[in-house]
Formats: sequence, structure tokens, C-alpha cells
Amino acid sequence: MTLSQLSKGACATVTGVEDRGPGDQLARRLRALGFVGGEAVRVVSVAPMGGDPLLVQVGYTRFALRRNEAERIRVEKVPA
Amino acid sequence: MNTAVDSLRIALLGNPNCGKTALFNQLTGSRQKVANYAGVTVERKSGRFTAPSGRQFDVLDLPGAYSLDAPSPDEAITRDVCRGHHPAEPRPDALVCVVDATNLRLHLRFVLEVRALGLPMVVAVNMADAAHRRGIRIDLHALSEALGVPVVETIGIRRGGARQLVEVLDRGDIPAPAAADIPDDDSLHEQVRALLARAVDMPSPTAHIDERLDRVLLHPLVGPLVLVATMFLIFQAVFAWAAPIQETLAGAVGATGEWLAALLPEGHLQSLLTNGIFAGVGTVVEFLPQILLLFLFILALEESGYLPRAAFMLDRPMFAAGLSGRSFIPLLSSFACAIPGIMATRSIQDPRDRMATIMVAPLMTCSARLPVYTLLISAFVPSQQVAGMFNLQGLVLFGLYVAGIVSALLVAWTMKRWRRGGEHSLLLELPSYRIPHPRDILIGLWERCWIFLRRVGTIILSLTIVMWVLLSFPAPPPGATEPAIEYSMAGQLGRLLEYVFAPIGFNWQISIALVPGMAAREVAVSALATVYALSATDEEVAAQALEPLIATQWPLATALSLLVWFIYAPQCLSTLAVVKRETGSWKSVAVMALYLFALAYLASFLTFQITRWITG
Repeated sequence: MTLSQLSKGACATVTGVEDRGPGDQLARRLRALGFVGGEAVRVVSVAPMGGDPLLVQVGYTRFALRRNEAERIRVEKVPA
Repeated sequence: MNTAVDSLRIALLGNPNCGKTALFNQLTGSRQKVANYAGVTVERKSGRFTAPSGRQFDVLDLPGAYSLDAPSPDEAITRDVCRGHHPAEPRPDALVCVVDATNLRLHLRFVLEVRALGLPMVVAVNMADAAHRRGIRIDLHALSEALGVPVVETIGIRRGGARQLVEVLDRGDIPAPAAADIPDDDSLHEQVRALLARAVDMPSPTAHIDERLDRVLLHPLVGPLVLVATMFLIFQAVFAWAAPIQETLAGAVGATGEWLAALLPEGHLQSLLTNGIFAGVGTVVEFLPQILLLFLFILALEESGYLPRAAFMLDRPMFAAGLSGRSFIPLLSSFACAIPGIMATRSIQDPRDRMATIMVAPLMTCSARLPVYTLLISAFVPSQQVAGMFNLQGLVLFGLYVAGIVSALLVAWTMKRWRRGGEHSLLLELPSYRIPHPRDILIGLWERCWIFLRRVGTIILSLTIVMWVLLSFPAPPPGATEPAIEYSMAGQLGRLLEYVFAPIGFNWQISIALVPGMAAREVAVSALATVYALSATDEEVAAQALEPLIATQWPLATALSLLVWFIYAPQCLSTLAVVKRETGSWKSVAVMALYLFALAYLASFLTFQITRWITG
């Protein structure tokens, strides 16, 4: 599944970031920010209107990701 | 004084939000220079300091970067300077890589990337105080050994918090790590994990206070309410609290102008100084208190970590309209004046989102339109209670603000339809909450104030002089009975414009007043006074004298049409000049001027014709 499919409060482990087309800058940026295999992520919150963007914690940092950005991140859900 | 025999060039670099600027302020104090890198709108900050040994250091504060391999213009500058590829910037002698002690997992990755460059470097583990408070223990010695470079602790916001760093730099002979190819992301993060396991003891991934604050401030119901309350407070402050300072400043500008006028012999020079420069530039400078107060709030909110949260909450609705959560701050600034607002769009990374924000910024009702609104509303809208609690005049004013915002959303939405395709990214870090440090806010405020005054001193000053020439020449013939403005080039232009503006109900007096209104919108009021031959030079006096006059002479349709015209008010030359500077393209300037003119004309046309049809 992808990070965008997780609900608020869910924890998961990143398995990788998918490139959409060659030289996907956004995917590269996501990897640089710490979305790499084996990293733990958590959906801390979602925005009040429409549930987009997501507030995601990776490592010690929190990022606001739009759903289309979170869709690139493949995760494995960790049972609560 | 020591002569700088061996002045050393050092560069500070690090991830955004690592506290680098606070550390830079700590090192260099107020001895800073802010400029732009040639050809791009990226700020170049430099300064210098002298170490206890007398050795001089030139410090460059490079733009924050997540990676050296990144597409954004500011990160490209950081990369080029570090690699020695930048045409105007020599390669620094040593690098100081600043990391946030509470965010090492992300920041150490960048250290590893920078280390591969093979330049002499020191790692500054910053915000050590916050780390101590959270019980984070960092073994600096182990970290230094593992990295092969000196590692020191710093506290950017505390006096003397950079002492260790200065000592290491002052000792000289900073070791250079071996240059290498930058490893790929998976192995970089692998190395970071090993470093953390070896040297860092982190009790919890985030501060409890951040968890708790975010639970409230990003709460689906409470969050937006707090945001609205904050914005209301800012507006209240900018419009109510700044007024007395503004009046004092206006008085001082006026008095200086009169003093100069009395000093100089009557003639063109006197007229240029008093009617041209003092009247034009003076009115713009009068907005400085408002702008500074607005910036004070924005800087404090930015430093505290709240603004990215506001951007997070507002991203969805703004994205639907073709903007981005990051557009929020520039558009908020535009309510004081579009010039600082357009300058603030630099923080929007997506170039298309940035352009859309610049394009709609002038639709936010800037404070220069208030004198015009006030005059027309008090002359034509009866002051009566509506629904028992609202004043009709206040409601109309509120409606004009709303009309501006709604138009901005529609324009941005139309632009989005137009340029469809391509993906827009937000990808915004929400940093830890911090209490803003007064020194950093003051330095930031001073920088912005200076940038604004420099604009006033160059672009606005030259435009003012051009306007004065148009208004003063040719001089009226001897024995002329009409006001001098009618004989001038501006007057003739106004007469010509009357043909254009007749369908939207503007008479020739209004058409003439719109010409000087191009330099600064509020000047339209005093220009109207001039045209109606009221010898009032002061804006307030002019408005008082004008009010009964236009109330009897203008039909309601004309007044409403002029009000609507000023929602779009396309004639602010200073804004257009700043758009040229920030986008570097005359095409954007032309597009903005044309679309605003077309909207203004269309809306005024409809208002005039419909009102006339209703009122008969």
C-alpha cells in the first residue's frame, strides 16, 4: 500500500519511493528527506479541509505532504 | 587595530530550520550585508567577525538546503558556492555545517553529503539547549571521530553560544576530509543510522510540547478558529494600532515639505521637491509603520514555527483555487501593500504557484485604497444600522475587501485552467515550535525595512518625478482661469481618457485624477481636490472639502463604478515595477496590467450601467 492510504494515527514502515517517469525530482526529494526503505513513518494528522495534505512524521521530522506526493511512498503497515 | 593579514572565508550551510541564521546573527551581530545573487531572487547574506586572536573571518550565510543535489534555485546556489562553481563567489576556505541537535536524523545526512566535497569543515551541533531540555545526549567526541571532522556545540540564541565554534575556527588548521563521490540515498541513510546508534541517545522522536501544541493548533475545529483569531489580531494591529504612528509620520513628512518649501525660492525646484517628491514618496513612506508592524507579526509567527502550520491548514482550499498553502503569507502581506507581498513570494518554490500568487497579489485590498474607499463611502453610503448591529458603511467596506479576495480566487482558478498539466508540490517541513528571539526578529525587521526603503528610493522616486513632470508641464498660459492641472500633459491625458472612461461613468475630473493615482493610489484623492480647484494640499482636508461636493455633483452610478474600479485598480506603477524586478519579465508585467485593466473596466461598466438602469 501507499502512505496516502494510511488513516490518521497509523504507523508504517517505508519500503521505497516510486519514480513517476524518468528523473522524478519529487521522488528524489522525498528520498533525500528520509523516506527510504526501513524507515518508520506515522500519519500524525490530516488537514481540516478535505483531509489533504497529510502531516507525516519520518525520523525526527514532520512534513506536510499532499496526497499525490504521499502516493509515491510505498509502505507496509505496522499493526498498532 | 589588527590588519587582516589572513582573513578567512567561511560559509555557513545547513538544512532549513537548523537555526543557521540565528547562529549567523550571533557571530556577526549587526555587521551584515544583504544583497541578491546576480540574476536570481535568492538573498545573499554576508558578514564578518574578529576572533580573540585578531584573526578576521568573512562569513557567508548560504541558503538552507536539504541536499546538494536539488532543483530549487537557492539550493543550487549553495551547491555551486561549495563546489567553487559559482561565477561571482570564490570557494570558501572552510565550511561550517550547522545541524539541529534535535533533528539529527535528517541533518546528519546533509553533513555526510557535504563531507564528500572534501573541504575543511566543522560541524556545529546547534540548539544544544533545546536538546538538553529534552534529555537528548550527544557524544560529540564519538561523532567527531566517526565523521573525521571537528564537532562543536552551539546555541544560536544565547550570548556566547558560538564560543566553541569560534575557538575551533581560530585555532586554524581545520582538517579537510577526503573528497569522495556522494553516495546514494539508501547508503547515506544507512550511515546516518549507524552514527545515531553510536553517538546519540534520543529519548523521544519529537518534543512533547510539539505533540501537544499540534494536537490543539492543527485540530480540525480548533485549528482553523485559532488561525482566524490570529489573522484578526494582525489586521486589528496593522489598521488600528499603526494609525497614530502613521499620522505622526505623515505630519512630520508634511512639515518637512513645508519647511523646505519656505526655504527654497519659488520655482520648479521648489515645486519638484514639495509637490513631487514629498507628496509622492512621502505618502509611500507613511505606510512604513503599517508594513513594519505587519512584518513584525509575520517574522514572529515564522520564527515560532506557526506559519508553516497555517500553510498546512490552508493548502487544500488554496490549491483548489490554483494557489498553494505557501501563498498565504505573501497574500496576507499584500493587505498592507502589494510590494512586500510580491517580494515575499520568494518563499514559494513551485514557479507556477509563485507566478499565480504574484498575479493576484494586487487584488488584496492594500491600505493605499482606503482613503479612496473612505471618501466615496462617506459621501454616498448612508450611515445606518443594518440588522440592528452592523453599520451599512462598514458593511460596504467589508464587501469591497471580500470582492477583492473572491476576484483573486477566480483569477487564480482561471490561470490554473489555462496552464493545466504538470504536478504541483507542497512538501513542507513543519519545524519544532520555538520562542522567537528578539534579536533575530529585529535584524529581520531591519533588513525588510531597508529593502522597502531602497525600492522607495529608486523605483518610486523616479516614477514620482515622471508624474510631477506630467502634472507641471506645460505651465498654464498667463491669465488662465482654470486650475493649472488642466493645462498640463496629465490634464490633456485625462481629457483624452475621458473618451475611454465615459462608458463606465467617469467624468473628466475623475479621469484626470486617475493619472497621478498611478504613482500611488491614495494620491487620487488629493488630485481630485486639485482638479476641483480646492486649494487643500492635505489629504484629510481635501477629503472633507470634497465629500459634499461629489455627493451633490456625481450620480450614484458613477460613485459605485469608481469604488468597483479601485477593487482592481490596475494603475499602481510601483507594483508593476516590483513585478518586473521579481519575475525579470516584461511579459508578466504586461499580462498583469492588461488583465487588471480589463477586469476593472468590465466590473465598473456593469456596475455603472446596472445602477443607472435601476436608479433610472
